Amino acid sequence: MTFRAAVITFPGSNCDRDMAEALRIVSGQEPLRIWHGDADMPDGLDFIALPGGFSYGDYLRSGAMAANSPIMRAIVSAADRGVPVLGVCNGFQVLTEAGLLPGALMRNARQNFICRDVELTVANNQSLFTARYDADQTISIPVAHHDGNYFADDETLDRLEGEGRIAFRYEEDCNGSQRQIAGVLNAAGNVLGMMPHPERAIEQAHGGTDGRALFESLIGELVSA
Amino acid sequence: MLVRILVSLKPGVLDPQGRAVHHALEGLGYSGVRNVRIGRMIELDVDEGTDDDTIKQMCERLLANTVIESYRIERPQS
Repeated sequence: MTFRAAVITFPGSNCDRDMAEALRIVSGQEPLRIWHGDADMPDGLDFIALPGGFSYGDYLRSGAMAANSPIMRAIVSAADRGVPVLGVCNGFQVLTEAGLLPGALMRNARQNFICRDVELTVANNQSLFTARYDADQTISIPVAHHDGNYFADDETLDRLEGEGRIAFRYEEDCNGSQRQIAGVLNAAGNVLGMMPHPERAIEQAHGGTDGRALFESLIGELVSA
Repeated sequence: MLVRILVSLKPGVLDPQGRAVHHALEGLGYSGVRNVRIGRMIELDVDEGTDDDTIKQMCERLLANTVIESYRIERPQS
């Protein structure tokens, strides 16, 4: 089978190689690398990843400038057509700024940059991205962010919970996120944004492999579809 | 023509930065400060006659994130 994945690089992205490497290891195929200034997306993509980093130096707000770059129009239109899109860390911030996911990522409540492994609960194991995890499984995934404090109004949070759109929660409050939300899905379930870095937990050398099942879920679901 | 945009967190949205600065002011002995909110001021030099609607669009589409921020448009008299 072929798995045509693309990793987007913005000026200031710094986890794009990690993401591409994780996809290569798990799928056995080399993902395409796409530059932010490209206005077109290749046809027939199976998956688009927005990596972590500090796109455009986090000017104005984290993710705000990238959300308005030429490639984002193509990403929004691909997401609307049902192409799976994953945004990790800065990628999550870009997805909220672009309006593909609800809410916003604010400065961490304690003002500090946090960089360590955190325990997450898999809150929804029925999604395209999480099917290979067990319900309520605890996994350990690294975080590295300054602006990971997830905010949405209560009505939005209730709706997300009611619709099973919270993919991951922090087991302990680490950044002030409302309801300890670490990752959210869009209404159609084909867009996931998360602050923790699954691409940094693929091989034993990373100190853990709990991120691998996310990519295996995605690739497995697409292949069996 | 100068237009100033004042962007601040909406009431009810916790402002961790403001809180830290509030503590620091208290540490300096200023006990009479009730609350601190930190925002951002953006100055735009725009063509004469640029209307409020256009400025508003700029705010909604880029300058403010209306999920968490509100904005105020000011036209200072030069």
